[in-house]
Amino acid sequence: MNLNLIIRIPILLLISITAEGDVTKLADSLIGIQAKGKGNDKAVQSWKEVSKLSVSAIPKLLHAMNQANNLGDNWIRSAIAEILDHDHSIYPEKEIQDFLKSKKNTGSSRKLAFEIIEDQNPQLAQSLISHFLNDPEPSLRRLAISKLLETARNSKHTKEAKILYQKVLANSCEVDQIIEASQALENAGEKIDIQSLMGFLTEWHTMGPYDNTERKGFNTPYKPEMMIDSSIDYHEKDEKPKWISLTTEDPFGMLNINSQYGEIKEVLAYAHTTFNSESNRAAQFRIGSKNAWKLWLNGKLLFARDEYHRGKTRVDQFVINGKLKKGENQILVKVCQNEQTQSWTKQWEFCLRITDPTGTAIHPDPKLSFLWPKQAIFYDHQNKTK
Amino acid sequence: MKINFCAILLSLCFIPFCLFANWLSFRGESGNGMISQSLSPNIDLESKLSWRIDLPGRGLSSPIVVNNNVMITASSGPNQETLHILSFDIKNGDLLWERRFKATGRTICHEKTCVAAPTMVSDGKVVIAQFSSNDIFCLDLKGQLKWLRGLTFDYPNAANGLGMSSSPVISKEVLVVQVENDAESFATGLNLLNGTTIWQKKRPRGANWTSPSILGKGKSQLVALQSKEGITLIDPLTGKNQWSFMEGASTIPSSTILGKIILVPSNGITAVKGLPGGLSHTQLWQDNKLGPGTASPAISGSRFYVINKANVLTSADIQTGEIFWRMRLKGPMSGSPLATSNYLFIFNEDGLGQFVRLGKDKGETVKSLALNDTILCTPAVADKSLFIRSDKSLWRLSE
Repeated sequence: MNLNLIIRIPILLLISITAEGDVTKLADSLIGIQAKGKGNDKAVQSWKEVSKLSVSAIPKLLHAMNQANNLGDNWIRSAIAEILDHDHSIYPEKEIQDFLKSKKNTGSSRKLAFEIIEDQNPQLAQSLISHFLNDPEPSLRRLAISKLLETARNSKHTKEAKILYQKVLANSCEVDQIIEASQALENAGEKIDIQSLMGFLTEWHTMGPYDNTERKGFNTPYKPEMMIDSSIDYHEKDEKPKWISLTTEDPFGMLNINSQYGEIKEVLAYAHTTFNSESNRAAQFRIGSKNAWKLWLNGKLLFARDEYHRGKTRVDQFVINGKLKKGENQILVKVCQNEQTQSWTKQWEFCLRITDPTGTAIHPDPKLSFLWPKQAIFYDHQNKTK
Repeated sequence: MKINFCAILLSLCFIPFCLFANWLSFRGESGNGMISQSLSPNIDLESKLSWRIDLPGRGLSSPIVVNNNVMITASSGPNQETLHILSFDIKNGDLLWERRFKATGRTICHEKTCVAAPTMVSDGKVVIAQFSSNDIFCLDLKGQLKWLRGLTFDYPNAANGLGMSSSPVISKEVLVVQVENDAESFATGLNLLNGTTIWQKKRPRGANWTSPSILGKGKSQLVALQSKEGITLIDPLTGKNQWSFMEGASTIPSSTILGKIILVPSNGITAVKGLPGGLSHTQLWQDNKLGPGTASPAISGSRFYVINKANVLTSADIQTGEIFWRMRLKGPMSGSPLATSNYLFIFNEDGLGQFVRLGKDKGETVKSLALNDTILCTPAVADKSLFIRSDKSLWRLSE
């Protein structure tokens, strides 16, 4: 063997082992970052390892990102940016492309893999976009849908454009893209059921109004949030307030509470519905409201937001993770109205849809009909916000 | 001959920093809109030194200038979820580095504002970028991450449906941040070295877009936190209250400080003065005819300049509140004015720059400069040039 090689191989091996160790040390400290600055010290200490790393470390860092929370995700993003800044050797394109292709990896790390390719080889990135049409990562899927929409917009053939817009509706999970495609198809004479397409919950029973003077009702547990019990006949004549059916025809599922009780102030109401799930599954509860609100799923408080009229109600304004159980799921929303009298504070409303983590609507099991709970459901009032 | 080597060494350390152009925070190093360097009203788009570059995202944060690097934040993506921190060469606008992060907090804002609303701040060694999502990043001047925090990640209800815009300050090596809103309102002091929380205190609940200001210098520095209830002076090392003025205050324009005097946007303007010892204050004057609109007042010499909701610029005395003159500008204004000893610089929302000669008895617009773009930010000044941004562009305007 060449003497030069005999000397060089162990050195290269040693460098490689050191770099490997550096990546592991760095990745471990970045994955360990927790809320409220916990782990910051360790990450700051390990950060000097970044300058020693080469572009070959990027796939390993991307894999580490799979296990990181959003804070660790940002640390790793920054590490990769710095590596690309100081090491201008050929980046491991194939490995990064393979990482992007594997849907076992998290959406955020795959999106970063795509962005790296986009920066280094824009032509390759463009050629990959059409493969993201039903990608589980919404931001990648959005890119493919954007391309489809652009082609549809520029198409001179109505039939071709309609097919493309239908394809958009079949795959998109982003509100603005769905709206654009729906409107284009409706202009072409097709009837689109946006409510169903996006999975808005439209059939509710409401109970109210309850007092919300000085906004104190938000944290006052009135009867409906103490428990919902089928043994109590909420429809007795002498019982006020009582559960009253309220259905919305609004395409975006907006439930106008004013239509039930009139435009009154310093009040609150509860809206209840049942959602029948075909299986136990992870779900996102996407609520929009310009009023203060609380949302319970099967008696557990998912999130509470004590803010009034800061902007308009938007679809998917708040996205809250939860778990549907197989069969009946009880959903309770508390919607509060405050004392403001300006014209832009009249609205007392919310909209809610349930989706999978990609944003695709989950539809209720049609085999089960709307039901009141068979057993009493007790509600927790701890102000959990996660 | 005795040679003081320490003094020489200190001077050598200090000189390079002085040679660089700097504008380290929102409304300048004193945070009061005062330009202590020279800036001519003849700055123009056509000057050889002027440049304009495209930005990768929206923003109404002001640029800052640190050691000849012009730094700015921007936000992009369908939900403004991509956060950009960018550094440009002051000479030609060349991009030196860019860091992109993912927002970990809420990014929904009113259409007029956006996620890149708070202005960066620097101590000359590191830069801090805060966003409306309450993500905070500390980088060195080469863009290397020192630490990060996600305050809405930590406290999921810390958000404002219209967007947040308070710009942080650095005092006694503590980063003071106001995260004030209807739902979960607090201020916090973060260790500049590693981002860990030194203190955190509850603040009045209610939307608040004002920025903290620094009163005093060195060890006696206090930080003024403004809210709808008034203004509270805290020790940046502990977060403990030193004194308060609780007669109410605006939640949009921020207070303006010169020396020990704070001009609080309260019942028009109320001037309060911190007393020696840093534990109490006295009220100097109050005038409801001096109420600012969106823009915060600027200081020039012994006067301050305030623009009201009707776009009227007023010149008044800091010590007494005496009004000297008024003139109408072309509005509306979202950004705040800056002032040298002789001129005031303000851009309206239509991108019209109005440069006003500040006379003893009257003000006079000596030059208008149309950028033909929506301008919502407050400019920065360095290297005898003015730096300003829109959602699309960053300009250097030189003579």
